[in-house]
Amino acid sequence: MGAYIIRRIFGMLLVLLAVSFIVYLIFIVIPGGDPAQRIAGKVATPQNVAAIKHRLGLDQSFIVQWYDLVKSLFTAKLVSYYDGTNVVNQIKQGLPATFSLAIGAGIIWMGFGILVGTISAVTAGRFSDRVITAFALIGISMPVAWLGLILRYFLAGEGGAVSWFPDGGYVAFTSNPAQWFYHLLLPWFTLAVLFIGFYGRVLRSNILDTINEDFVRTAKAKGLSTRRILVKHVLRASLIPIVTLFGLDFASVLGGGAIITESVYNLHGVGWYAWQSIGTQDLPPLMGVTLFGAMFIVVFTLLVDLAYAYLDPRIRLT
Amino acid sequence: MAERLLEVNDLKVRFATEDGIVRAVDGISFELERGKVLGIVGESGSGKSVTAMTLMGLTRGVNAGFEGEVLYKGTDLLKVSDRAMQGYRGNELGMIFQDPMTSLNPVYRIGEQIVEAIQSHERVDKRTARSRTIELLRQVGIPNPETRVDDFPHQFSGGMRQRAMIAMALSCNPSVLIADEPTTALDVTIQAQIVELVSRLKDDFDSAVIFITHDLGVIADIADEIIVMYAGRVVERGTKRDVFYDPQMPYTWGLLGSIPRLDRPRPERLHTIEGMPPSLINPPEGCKFRPRCPHAFEKCKQEPGLENRVETPGHLDRCWLDVEFKRDHRDETISGGSVEAA
Amino acid sequence: MTVLEQTAQTGETPLLEIHHVKKYFPIRTGVLQREVARVHAVDDVTFAVRAGETLGLVGESGCGKSTLGRTIVRLLEPTDGEIIFQGTPIQSLRTRRLRPLRREMQMVFQDPYASLNPRKRVGTIVSDPMRIHDLGSRSEQKRRVGEILETVGLSPEHYNRFPHEFSGGQRQRIGIARALALRPKLIIADEPVSALDVSIQSQMLNLLEDLQNEFNLTYIFIAHDLGVVRHVSDRIAVMYLGKIVELSPAEELYTRPIMPYTEALLSAVPIPDPDLAEKRERIVLEGDVPSPINPPSGCRFHPRCRYATDVCQQIEPPLVDYGNGHLAACHHPLNVDQETLQRVEVAQEHTPAAADESAMPEDTSGHSNPSVAPTTRDTRSS
Repeated sequence: MGAYIIRRIFGMLLVLLAVSFIVYLIFIVIPGGDPAQRIAGKVATPQNVAAIKHRLGLDQSFIVQWYDLVKSLFTAKLVSYYDGTNVVNQIKQGLPATFSLAIGAGIIWMGFGILVGTISAVTAGRFSDRVITAFALIGISMPVAWLGLILRYFLAGEGGAVSWFPDGGYVAFTSNPAQWFYHLLLPWFTLAVLFIGFYGRVLRSNILDTINEDFVRTAKAKGLSTRRILVKHVLRASLIPIVTLFGLDFASVLGGGAIITESVYNLHGVGWYAWQSIGTQDLPPLMGVTLFGAMFIVVFTLLVDLAYAYLDPRIRLT
Repeated sequence: MAERLLEVNDLKVRFATEDGIVRAVDGISFELERGKVLGIVGESGSGKSVTAMTLMGLTRGVNAGFEGEVLYKGTDLLKVSDRAMQGYRGNELGMIFQDPMTSLNPVYRIGEQIVEAIQSHERVDKRTARSRTIELLRQVGIPNPETRVDDFPHQFSGGMRQRAMIAMALSCNPSVLIADEPTTALDVTIQAQIVELVSRLKDDFDSAVIFITHDLGVIADIADEIIVMYAGRVVERGTKRDVFYDPQMPYTWGLLGSIPRLDRPRPERLHTIEGMPPSLINPPEGCKFRPRCPHAFEKCKQEPGLENRVETPGHLDRCWLDVEFKRDHRDETISGGSVEAA
Repeated sequence: MTVLEQTAQTGETPLLEIHHVKKYFPIRTGVLQREVARVHAVDDVTFAVRAGETLGLVGESGCGKSTLGRTIVRLLEPTDGEIIFQGTPIQSLRTRRLRPLRREMQMVFQDPYASLNPRKRVGTIVSDPMRIHDLGSRSEQKRRVGEILETVGLSPEHYNRFPHEFSGGQRQRIGIARALALRPKLIIADEPVSALDVSIQSQMLNLLEDLQNEFNLTYIFIAHDLGVVRHVSDRIAVMYLGKIVELSPAEELYTRPIMPYTEALLSAVPIPDPDLAEKRERIVLEGDVPSPINPPSGCRFHPRCRYATDVCQQIEPPLVDYGNGHLAACHHPLNVDQETLQRVEVAQEHTPAAADESAMPEDTSGHSNPSVAPTTRDTRSS
């Protein structure tokens, strides 16, 4: 087990390096991606541009540039091309908002996903199943940006039809837990809707498959109650694939992947920071947030595999 | 006379499907007494497994319809509520299945699964249930049960899993053990062990056994009475000796003749029952076996009743053929025709 | 006399020879994935198969019979040894050179439910091999599929159906049709009837026999049930824990098993006759096949053998010829007369001692075989 984890960590480092390289490559080949050109402005002289290039180290060879960038990121010295702010510090500042959004939404979508999936599987084909299925499909099909804007427009702030909720923004948990919760309710819901629909559908079909398994028949033949069969035998087996989904989705949201939700609700988290940097084509922050996100993905991939081995003893990690 | 545990009277089971109504079981009757082994034999789709599952209440569902009676110690199990049926399953009637690989839940330890069965019927604490589980595993021949009890199913071989299934089925001392093709998925060497185990445990636990198989050879050792099923109905029924030594139904001959036999010379060709079992939605008119029967004649267009046509009382069959004719002609089917030249 | 000398005697080149084939699966652990142990799935197996014959390969689950089958057609890479097909060593051929040979060797698998792609139509399943090997035009392929479907007892109209519309027996026919599509010379059938009802089993066995006659096929027929194998095999090899422990002309194996393991396998085959079943002595093998990771020392069967002595624990018995092409690896052979024993002893510097002196037959025509019901004995002499 220990050896397995060590081996995986080596692999993870390689993946992160590869990601950073690809990000850099993409950035360089984008037309108009030359930061020096853009910093210098429209009427820049070639000397001006060259000076900026030299200052930013952009006149070095590709590999050296990439190496310097990654090195300064890992030593927390990387700064934005534009305002000179430290990328790592900026990400750190975004963490509370991003984590609050991710954890809350994760709990909501997992909880409701299980509930919705189970109810619709147990009542498969009946009215409640059809209603849930319809809602799930609506939830899956709604673009997050649209849903977020609509909810904010109608339910939040002074201008809304009803002003039940604050109009975006983030209040730190440490300064006022009630306001923290109040401000996050809409973002949580917005982010969770898509996942609830999706998880519900996946779980429903998993349960319907598992119900036909021989071991469920055995459980019935033992004389177990319907409820016990459902919870101990059916749900346990059906949730195993959901764990993978959740691990990766949750990791992506934790890593700042909820860019749209954060932007729509003006939550100054990592996703919002990413959105800002995309607007200015600011390479250092983009590299920072991408690697930050990638780190969560690779770490959670490992956690998912470990969880898998725990949930299904047939799987051996070697 | 031994205690009568089960009495099944004209049981019919049908399922509504998109293609029409499947008459999976179309009138089966039998009695089972304590200490006896009843063999039910037939091909896939003959209704033997549906019969077994119905006894356990496992075929209940919105699409299933039942007729007749399943009397367990006098109570009609078809009329018992779903809730009350849980009290019979595992406790009064235990069941083991064909595929021990998939019949155990892969994510729980063997012991946990047996303890769960015990605790669902009896108010005992975990420790008592566990020590009983270890004892059960010992009785079914699992070596080192004290440590193996904590193994997961995938750590057991096929034969051991089937033993564990048997231990689980017997954990609450049921009076009836239903074994649905318990040896089909196993190696011949393990098959022999399992058949012997079932027959020994039946005596140890003072219960009765319904042994379902497609292979008459498997139950030659242990069955007392045998029912041969075809297309949802009983086509022959009698004692083991009746069915093996005086089979009256050409279908039974076919089943006997299909088995490659080591006790006989190797035949040139194995006997086969040509064709396939009929549709249960639109079964053929008359005798259901008629389309595949080499001896079918005009009268077979009417369905023969299940009657006693031979000297031995209780030996029933569904065949219009003359008994003497059958006795003269069945051997060519059963022993598979000509003997290969040496 | 080795197996190969023995085939050499008959004066024809065997279709397939395998020499000392081994297939080990490494077990790796640790950061560096070092190999810490090996599963000895197939451990030094040598035999030859003549064109047109059927070799039965019998043993319990885990004896390596399926692994051997897959290694022969190079679905698995042999760890060591030689596989010679039609005179060409194929054990280390690269994929491209192997491809034409793949046409000549096909497999039929056990599970007719899992081995057919549920999303492909029957016609596609059967014609795919022809397409892959670029045989004939589209219309020719289609016509051939129709012919093959008819040969295996299906109808050409089944071309556009999906596997789930068929019963287990019919699916197995589709699997056989697929294997026949390329007109192979050798078919390795891995438990082709174990998942089927007895009534369907016999149809399938007859079909395989008919196809053999019609297309001059050579079979390696893998099964766990000696009853089934007897019907199709000319010779039978019994495998135990990766090794061949007995190899014999088919009928002789049933009348005169030499290896106690074979005797036990025979006695496990059910007999559909209550009186005989009751009378005969069942040799119930205790426990399961031991782990192929650490196989027992000496004779691998010794922990489960009722005749085992000290020598069996220490020395691995070689596979020796007891005459008539009947080979066995045993320190305590059954059904062997004194004369043969001495001959074997001289030839092999190996001293087998009869397992049971009292059971020793006086001459070869009246073999006694405690495990099979008495009528068997008369099979050949009558």
